[in-house]
Amino acid sequence: MMKNKSTGFADNPVVENPWRRLREFTDARIGLGRAGVSLPTNELLEFQLSHARARDAVHFPLDFEGLVSAIESSAGIPVTDIHRLQSRADDRMTYLQRPDLGRRLHSHSREILQHDLATKGEVAGEYDLSIAVVDGLSSLAVQQNVVPFLETLLPQLNDFSLAPLCVVEQGRVAVGDEVGELLNARCVMVLIGERPGLSSPDSLGLYLTYQPHVGLTDAARNCISNIRPAGLSYVEAARRAAYLLNESRRLRLSGVNLKDRTQDDVVETVSGNKNFLIS
Amino acid sequence: MKYSYTAGTRTWHFNDLAEVMARATPARSGDRLAGVIARSAEERVIAQMTLAEVPLKQFLNEALVPYEEDEVTRLIMDDHDAQAFSAISHLTVGDFRNWLLSDMATPEVLEGVRAGITPEMAAAVSKIMRNQDLILVAKKCHIKTAFRNTIGLPGHLSTRLQPNHPTDDVNGIAASILDGLLYGNGDAVIGINPATDNVAQAIKLMKLMDEVISKYEIPTQSCVLTHVTNTIECIEAGAPVDLVFQSIGGTEATNSSFGFNIATLAEAQDAALSLKRGTVGNNVMYFETGQGSALSANAHHGLDQQTCEVRAYAVARKFSPLLVNTVVGFIGPEYLFDGKEIIRAGLEDHFCAKLLGLPMGCDVCYTNHAEADQNDMDNLLTLLGVAGCSFVMGIPGSDDIMLNYQTTSFHDALYARRVLGSQPAPEFAHWLAKMQIMGDAFVLNDALPDAFARSLNSLPPASGQH
Repeated sequence: MMKNKSTGFADNPVVENPWRRLREFTDARIGLGRAGVSLPTNELLEFQLSHARARDAVHFPLDFEGLVSAIESSAGIPVTDIHRLQSRADDRMTYLQRPDLGRRLHSHSREILQHDLATKGEVAGEYDLSIAVVDGLSSLAVQQNVVPFLETLLPQLNDFSLAPLCVVEQGRVAVGDEVGELLNARCVMVLIGERPGLSSPDSLGLYLTYQPHVGLTDAARNCISNIRPAGLSYVEAARRAAYLLNESRRLRLSGVNLKDRTQDDVVETVSGNKNFLIS
Repeated sequence: MKYSYTAGTRTWHFNDLAEVMARATPARSGDRLAGVIARSAEERVIAQMTLAEVPLKQFLNEALVPYEEDEVTRLIMDDHDAQAFSAISHLTVGDFRNWLLSDMATPEVLEGVRAGITPEMAAAVSKIMRNQDLILVAKKCHIKTAFRNTIGLPGHLSTRLQPNHPTDDVNGIAASILDGLLYGNGDAVIGINPATDNVAQAIKLMKLMDEVISKYEIPTQSCVLTHVTNTIECIEAGAPVDLVFQSIGGTEATNSSFGFNIATLAEAQDAALSLKRGTVGNNVMYFETGQGSALSANAHHGLDQQTCEVRAYAVARKFSPLLVNTVVGFIGPEYLFDGKEIIRAGLEDHFCAKLLGLPMGCDVCYTNHAEADQNDMDNLLTLLGVAGCSFVMGIPGSDDIMLNYQTTSFHDALYARRVLGSQPAPEFAHWLAKMQIMGDAFVLNDALPDAFARSLNSLPPASGQH
């Protein structure tokens, strides 16, 4: 070994870190080891792969036909009409730089919803809930999670009358307010792809607004975040969503005054106050 | 006051100094979003030429945000030091750039005029400086601060160890602290962004870090990045608070939206000083800033985002902070679109803060929806290292699993040390050597240091249920 090192040809130029076992406590990228002081090749490429997946999640367009056929072929989702809508952001580059445009519906999309309301005048005003599926910052999150989540949630909402389901491309959270307002729905539930994390490119967010209308701020919404198989499970997310939807209907409000009490009975599970460094 | 500039046969007009400043700003998405950006590349340079002819004195006569409406403007005007200003009071913005770059502007001379420079003067001159100008002048500004070690000596670069965890699990946080220490990081501060932001949680995390720092006798300081009013409560409850944190902006309305004002910061600083926990100095404040925060709070008064940012430095310097950190790429592509805009903003923020006398560090970072990647971060880290940046972040493998963004890693800091010869804070470097973590020439010990080996060996061998 000594001989090898002195000539610059050690058996393994990578120094591994024995504390890597502490990953049992955290998903942080600890104990990566080093080549000199730099990342070993395998860790460098692992990072690049994670970043590539997150970038693809942001930039891959939503597969609208695939999503619609999955919804229509699902027995658990009793949706008849599906509208395809666009925000005022024409493309991804505009969308990323102009959040104001992503919050509003394109005029053509407004006309679709106005027409829908006009032709179904007799049921208008009786929708309890409008569901807006929005690509947001991760089409991957929408593609992977919306159908199984709705299959879990909708059977718990049998007494809610549902407006036609709307899928909005290049949309931000607030675009749901305009959708719900134009459909004259009492409440809107937005399912949107969240900003991808390096290890969570597929995180779906849920936003709930009672009496939606253009111009509301986030203070009027309730949020459930990180819905995905490796995050908040569909079952747990649906339980919380059903609770919020029922409470919102009962109390006729949403936002900061609507508290999610589904977790009040959960005892804190973190490992006390002592850590291994001071034990 | 209206401004105009004639180039050839065409005369360009600007309504006021704020408009000249905004139109003169190098392009970035946040100014486009705000509608204050130059409408053409030509107009941008014409605005820069107009700005270059503005006397520095004009910034004392024409407030960009009204004095009556904004306590940050009042702070800037009322604290202006006419004596210090007298050495540069005859200069225009264009002259000021020449003077800063000249051999007349030595580190000692720059320190002497510092209190006479307002944030708007610094912002204005930065808009007509190239990246190399921003680096060269910043390197001449030596800003030394101290608490349990000394930050900002020439030839030094410190790191904030950022051991965030999505549920604040104490062993998860301790694991990242250990990783960082064994990679020689953490001399600027060990600073946690709490996942659950309340007083009880903050105290739990403060105690955790205090116990680690005490047990291993680490010459560094800790901070929980919670709201300033929470930290005041923590101090009242007897918690071991080293540094008080707050995010700050450049207008009173921005800071109101963050839930504090200048008086709140003064109260917090007094409370932290009363604890007398510093050993080699008494700089007890840690501020974070970032271009775009005022616009995002709809509190920008029609200013460009970089000018708003530099006004925040007036708030910071009132309280002699240990550390100021511009979180340059966190806010997202609607404010700084790509690597080029993030790099430019990072160099601007660092230069302006140093010129005004602040210990500026930088969270060299990006989100996954920005047009940026690790190579852009390598570039900015290297440029800031050359410019004499006070500190950067250190996080395991660049991946903040709580805040969901990428910043510089423990490894990155060691890269910067090796290529630039940048030392950690001297007290901390001594500790690294004593603990057998890192010796001369930034070589890490291949073996696990004894003190930490004992802690690791105390863990149960199998996958523990804690």
